[in-house]
Amino acid sequence: MNNKLYGNLIFELSHSGRRAYSLPENQFGHHTLPDFCKREKDAELPECDEMTVVRHYTNHSENNFGVDNGFYPLGSCTMKYNPVINEEVASMASFTDLHPHQPIETVQGALEVEYNIQRALASITGMADVTLNPYAGAHGELTGLMLIASYHQQRGDKKRTKVIVPDSAHGTNPASAAVCGLEIVEVKSTSDGLVDVNDLRPLLGDDIAGMMMTNPNTLGLFEKDIPEIAKLIHECGGLLYYDGANLNPLLGAARPGDMGFDVIHLNLHKTFSTPHGGGGPGAGPVGVCEKLIPFLPKPHVSKTKDGFVIEDSENTEEFSTANIRISGYLGNFLVILRAYTYILTLGKKHIKEVGPFATLSANYIKECLKDDYELPIDTLCKHEFVFDGLKDKSTGVTTMDVAKRLLDYGYHAPTIYFPLLFHEAMMIEPTETESKDTIDGFIEVMHIIAKEARENPELVKGAPYNTPIGRVDDVLAAKHPILTYRQLINDTEESV
Amino acid sequence: MIHKFLPHTSEDIQQMLERVGIKNLNELYAEVPESIRFKGDYDLPDTMSELEIRKFFEKLGQKNNKLTCFAGGGVYDHYAPSVINHLLSRSEFLTSYTPYQAEISQGTLHYIFEFQSMMAELTGMDIANASMYEGTTATAEAMMVAFDNAKKADTVLYSETLCKDIIGVLKTYAHFHGIKLEAIKAVDGVTSHADLEARMQEGGVAGVIVQQPNRYGIIEDFTGFADTCHDKKALFIINSVTADLALLKTPKEWNADIAVGDIQSLGLPMGFGGPYAGYMCSTEKLMRKLPGRIVGKTVDSRGQRVFALTLQAREQHIRRQKATSNICSNQSLMALYATIYMSIMGKEGLKEAAQISYDAAHYLCEQLLNSKRVKLVYDKPFFNEFLVHVEDRDKFFNKAIQQGILPGIKVDDDKLLIAVTEKRTKEEIDTLVGLL
Repeated sequence: MNNKLYGNLIFELSHSGRRAYSLPENQFGHHTLPDFCKREKDAELPECDEMTVVRHYTNHSENNFGVDNGFYPLGSCTMKYNPVINEEVASMASFTDLHPHQPIETVQGALEVEYNIQRALASITGMADVTLNPYAGAHGELTGLMLIASYHQQRGDKKRTKVIVPDSAHGTNPASAAVCGLEIVEVKSTSDGLVDVNDLRPLLGDDIAGMMMTNPNTLGLFEKDIPEIAKLIHECGGLLYYDGANLNPLLGAARPGDMGFDVIHLNLHKTFSTPHGGGGPGAGPVGVCEKLIPFLPKPHVSKTKDGFVIEDSENTEEFSTANIRISGYLGNFLVILRAYTYILTLGKKHIKEVGPFATLSANYIKECLKDDYELPIDTLCKHEFVFDGLKDKSTGVTTMDVAKRLLDYGYHAPTIYFPLLFHEAMMIEPTETESKDTIDGFIEVMHIIAKEARENPELVKGAPYNTPIGRVDDVLAAKHPILTYRQLINDTEESV
Repeated sequence: MIHKFLPHTSEDIQQMLERVGIKNLNELYAEVPESIRFKGDYDLPDTMSELEIRKFFEKLGQKNNKLTCFAGGGVYDHYAPSVINHLLSRSEFLTSYTPYQAEISQGTLHYIFEFQSMMAELTGMDIANASMYEGTTATAEAMMVAFDNAKKADTVLYSETLCKDIIGVLKTYAHFHGIKLEAIKAVDGVTSHADLEARMQEGGVAGVIVQQPNRYGIIEDFTGFADTCHDKKALFIINSVTADLALLKTPKEWNADIAVGDIQSLGLPMGFGGPYAGYMCSTEKLMRKLPGRIVGKTVDSRGQRVFALTLQAREQHIRRQKATSNICSNQSLMALYATIYMSIMGKEGLKEAAQISYDAAHYLCEQLLNSKRVKLVYDKPFFNEFLVHVEDRDKFFNKAIQQGILPGIKVDDDKLLIAVTEKRTKEEIDTLVGLL
């Protein structure tokens, strides 16, 4: 990473008349577009030569920090190594050049990938079947909730419109429930950071569609009462939803299906190593128990004696609980292909080491740092844990300051100010792919920052210094939104 | 044996266990009830070496047929400049997270700002968000924006000429979100303005969704549609094939409130259905109703012009159930793909590629019609895709597949939806015609 801001926009490098493309000569004769549908003004896209474009984006990349650059202890995001072989496989022309409407006999290899990973994910999670169609984690949540709602609707159980969500849940949980037309009921956490079963009981009734849980939860704690919670939810007629954001520590240790979850989603871009790509694309497969199989979204891949087939509805344009459609095709196939490569590279033996190693590393960091940082719940964690800022609050140095100072030392910041249960939350997740050397380096820097905070707090409050830019004015961005280059130009002209 | 992705040596493990104060890895899960501990084996193959992985996927790849593509239906085989994959493989782009830490994410934030700017230019709209999953769900999100924007109206209308993939997704989202979704009739392959007007008179409509070009490849005339919508305070939403906007009248010029669609046509690999990315552009008035990430300009503590995620008060991590959408991931890397595509092709290249596609499709259509065994289903202007009746359609289709050609998408029992892009050569087109 370069610590000097490059800062140009491609539009600012544009010169009328330059070009970066070449196309074959038109051999088809000119055909005229009718006047009624012609655009009046050209889109003002850049005009650059090829090398200018290459340098521009190369320079931008050098103002970015990825997992390949350094340690990324971003809690709940599972920033593990993204294997290079995944990229090689996902760029094979025999997969990238397939049209989604090709006849199935011409895409048997692709369907085999989809079918095999459906089975692999079902086995890893203890579920009966899996759909690969959801495009992201939040999309998986929405899909899972649609299946829960359909299950109740199909049974004529129309009163069930409420979903229970713990106060520690990711923001996507209540947001997905709202998109699905369900009401949210919040259940509190105990002082131990777990779902309060006593607070849960009175919420249960014949209006509960289900409950969403993350296990381990967003504090990195295993919800050990899960068998009882599952029993309570099932007894009241609800279904239990598993948010797979934190599945990583459970590889080799426990399966959501065995805990009593009825429907789950996975984040292939977290647990299964596909690159985050600056925010996407991800993939959010959904696994279900036996009784929810009839509601799985269409289309869906299955295996017959004659090969792999795509199950679909007779009339794809009519909604029914047997024709839930949440995607154009069979999901983010090339992302799924990467995840499958990862699973095969680890294989059945090594995949079981992922959870324990990730958990060991998180506990090790926690133990090494809890003298300097406030650990509100001092217990075994799973893949991540949450500090409530520095232990010494007298210096006025905040979690934000520590996070920014970390950037100076070449580390990505942890997730900060989430979960909302603590004011100065700092959520640290190391993942199993970081070596002890890297982790020890991080621990040392965290100690140095704590020392700086005691001895020279202003230094930490002014961080970062070694990054391409300083802290940004978020208020200005929101108060006076400039969202396009055209707006930027107009704004500059106005102020001149 | 230690695995290449797992650096923990037994010595490391021992030292870390000691620091944690436990004896073995099993104790890390001490609080997990015995009844739910997983003690078996996953149903997976054994570890594969890199050589074995390569062979495995080469073999699987051989079970797919790479076909010369004349299929569209929302996914088009456009040319992709080689620069794109070269730059996309920069791991600073590939392996970074959502740009929450603006100080070390200016690369991502700059290209997203460029993406928003380019999408706004192509659609003519005021603003754009920083990408959706893909086209069908982007259209569903637009439907929900219209529904949430309306004070009382609870109905959204969609044209029967929308691609069926989009209709299926709209119906699903509408069902669960509590939106009444009704069809506007198609007459002669295009949306009936008369039917739209009649339905609008009944009231209660929050938004109207149409597609350009439509499911048959036809370029629709939306003259008067926006007024019909706006008279009754409904939002007018157009789903467009992005690449075609280089030449076609923009959603803004049709006076739309929201422009949505898929950016796959900007050279993205067809990839058996994904990943692609969707876009959503709108008038400035709807800025705070948009779903997903948005990047804006600001300044840093050193006085530099910089970019940051903004208007986050709309989003799920702040607003939870009151958010405009549950969207969290965007499709940043695919947005980068499209941004580099548009930078390489530029103002002229996008137009030229669109014109060649248009000309090639019309050339193919003329050749097919000359054969007398093919008839256009609708005699309407089309862009680079058209629907035809073909005599002995299945025989023709199978013959083409055997020759390594995907001649289009089958529609009903006797029709074929055929698309042509700038990638198809005259020789390929003539070969297809020769199979008739």
